[in-house]
Amino acid sequence: MSTETRTSIVWDYAPAPESTDHVRLAARYGLFIDGDFREPAAPRYEASVNPATEEPLAEVAWAGAEDVARAVDAARAAQPKWAALPELERAKYLFRIARLIQERARELAVVETLDGGKPVRESRDVDIPLAAAHFFHYAGWADKLRYGVNAREVAPLGVVGQIVPWNFPLLMAAWKLAPALACGNTAILKPAETTPLTALLLAEICREAELPPGVVSILPGDGETGAALVRAPGIDKIAFTGSTAVGRDIQAALAGRPVKLTLELGGKSANIVFEDAALDQAVEGIVNGIFFNQGHVCCAGSRLLVQESVLDEAVARLWRRMGRLRVGDPLDKNTDVGAINSAEQLQRIEALVAAGESEGAQRRTIACEVPERGYWFAPTLFTDVSPAHRIAVEEIFGPVVSVLSFRTQAEAIEKANNSRYGLAAGIWTDKGAKAFEVAAALRAGVVWQNTYNHFDPTAAFGGYKESGFGREGGPAGLRPYLQVVR
Amino acid sequence: MIRRLAHVDRVGIEERAAELGTRSIKTTAKQQGIRLAVSMLDLTTLEGADTPGKVRHLCAKAVCPAPAMPEIPSVAAICVYPAQVAVAHEALAGTGVRTASVATGFPAGQVSLEAKLRDTADAVAAGADEIDMVISREAFLAGDDARVQHEIARIKDACGDAHLKVILETAELGSYEHVRHASMLAMEAGADFIKTSTGKASSGATPGVCLVMLEAIRDYADRSGRVVGFKAAGGVSTSKAALHRLVLVKETLGDDWLTPERFRIGASSVLNDLLLQYAKTETGRYGRSEDFSKE
Repeated sequence: MSTETRTSIVWDYAPAPESTDHVRLAARYGLFIDGDFREPAAPRYEASVNPATEEPLAEVAWAGAEDVARAVDAARAAQPKWAALPELERAKYLFRIARLIQERARELAVVETLDGGKPVRESRDVDIPLAAAHFFHYAGWADKLRYGVNAREVAPLGVVGQIVPWNFPLLMAAWKLAPALACGNTAILKPAETTPLTALLLAEICREAELPPGVVSILPGDGETGAALVRAPGIDKIAFTGSTAVGRDIQAALAGRPVKLTLELGGKSANIVFEDAALDQAVEGIVNGIFFNQGHVCCAGSRLLVQESVLDEAVARLWRRMGRLRVGDPLDKNTDVGAINSAEQLQRIEALVAAGESEGAQRRTIACEVPERGYWFAPTLFTDVSPAHRIAVEEIFGPVVSVLSFRTQAEAIEKANNSRYGLAAGIWTDKGAKAFEVAAALRAGVVWQNTYNHFDPTAAFGGYKESGFGREGGPAGLRPYLQVVR
Repeated sequence: MIRRLAHVDRVGIEERAAELGTRSIKTTAKQQGIRLAVSMLDLTTLEGADTPGKVRHLCAKAVCPAPAMPEIPSVAAICVYPAQVAVAHEALAGTGVRTASVATGFPAGQVSLEAKLRDTADAVAAGADEIDMVISREAFLAGDDARVQHEIARIKDACGDAHLKVILETAELGSYEHVRHASMLAMEAGADFIKTSTGKASSGATPGVCLVMLEAIRDYADRSGRVVGFKAAGGVSTSKAALHRLVLVKETLGDDWLTPERFRIGASSVLNDLLLQYAKTETGRYGRSEDFSKE
């Protein structure tokens, strides 16, 4: 065989779609109240749509105020018995839920991808395993609660209302439910309007785990459902993850009421690359920081701060690396960047990107073919960004990174902290002492060193400033669901 | 001169390399990938017991790996000890398969430069098209970069028209930063290829090592404009591992590097696994190792 024919082999990855044959979605889902799926009081069903195809997946009941009241009654009724269970028995339910999530991992990953548009590689390797890990982690805490908060005696709060966003639907549900249940609370969870399906599968799992009726209720709906939940009498605590605007409304609505609150809100997190960083790994971290889950991540590293001495080099490498991102069918196992979650979110991203261009920043978007239907936004890089530009200040919540430069360590800290948000930050340097020094000076709830967007159930997560208050994960995540009796 | 190392983060490198191992290579991509991998093989035998008979058998297999599957290409080269070069050269004449020889006191390289030059010259004289040399790890670990480069440059001269692959023996270098540094030294000294391992050390072409070397090749090409090839050798014994290395090359250096002129896999047992996996894509059944001749 001659050399010519040898070199003529062109190699690209064939489509590798994850099979959906094993997924059995119901045509219609009711509200999960008091241990079973039930019709809403006022019949309202909305289709949940696949953002990659714009095709409806299933009809889902939306809860109104009456349904919320019903769920609160069920939760109130169930709470004393649930709290009185021997702690190890409560733990067993959580272990069971964790194992059922693992058993149904493939199905959950596919549904998460269908409903939300994220690449199946991420739902398979990140969302679902982490959701199971959270239940495992808090199952382990259930009989050690007092040691987690350093008290002699602790008690649950009662009934908690939990509102989660659309970017990590099942994972956020797990973050909320696992500690609440471990502490002896009963919970009412409202999934996001565009991504209710995995929460409804989680309802099935709760039933399969024989969780006592009323311990968990799941009420899909939009902002009105959430508002009803926040205002429902008989709620002892609200835990919300979502936008800062809605978080503010919730806090106002709860003012003067004996309802505890934790908020995990938006961010404009700084990812700081020093000149002594391992640059190729920093570039990977930048990519993971902003293009993971299409940038629909509250702690996304959307403000890239690069030391001026390596700015050109870093941007050149980042741009080349971005060119290798595979954008497209979220169900393809080789896809890196999937669909934008909704038409509404796509508009928001487009509007802010347009503002970036009109304010004078240089925009670069990778060339890639995307499907005709569905909501897509190709990975985008802005250079020549000034700290005052909207794209440097406002949360875009999309695959768009704004690059700014700094000259010294002090300036990096100052610029990173110069934000109304304070959720996360990344530090890239080969110098350990510098990393710790900078981390201590950053007003951010999570600081990653030489990595980004790494999550672990043992680590506390939460914000400073307008990124919210309260912590989730690890022993710190128990506090918001407990009261110290003595 | 004090050695200055570029920073390489171990955790980051290994995560990225592992992530590229999760690419799903199925159906036509798998078939093409296997054919490509075969065409990039340096089919290797490096044993004290190698005889002309065994080398001839291996050469026949190199030219036509699977007579029943004519779409499987020849491998890129046969890799043998200098004493077997003449046999291989004769057996491969006119086939397009190249003869590669290890040299320079392979695998330890603990002989004098004169002996290394002589070893190289002998192999070239016997008909070697490619020389796989080992760097002086003793010099590298002692911090004597100048001697490492001087030796490579001298061997390169001794190669004449033969291509020079420089083996770093990464398992003995101690860190990814050293792997990157040694890669740069070798390229600057004139290497046509840089190669991970001899196959005789505790580990070989791990995904992390491959990625570090590929990034060094990319950066060197950016800086100098000169293209240097990469050879992954040691521990690549399954089709999955071979395809993983192809993915690493494709997503680090791009499609331009997916040719035998720029990328090789040094191995012996992987060929039959590639053939087994290829046959499986055709027949839908898993075969047995006895379905293919060992050499």
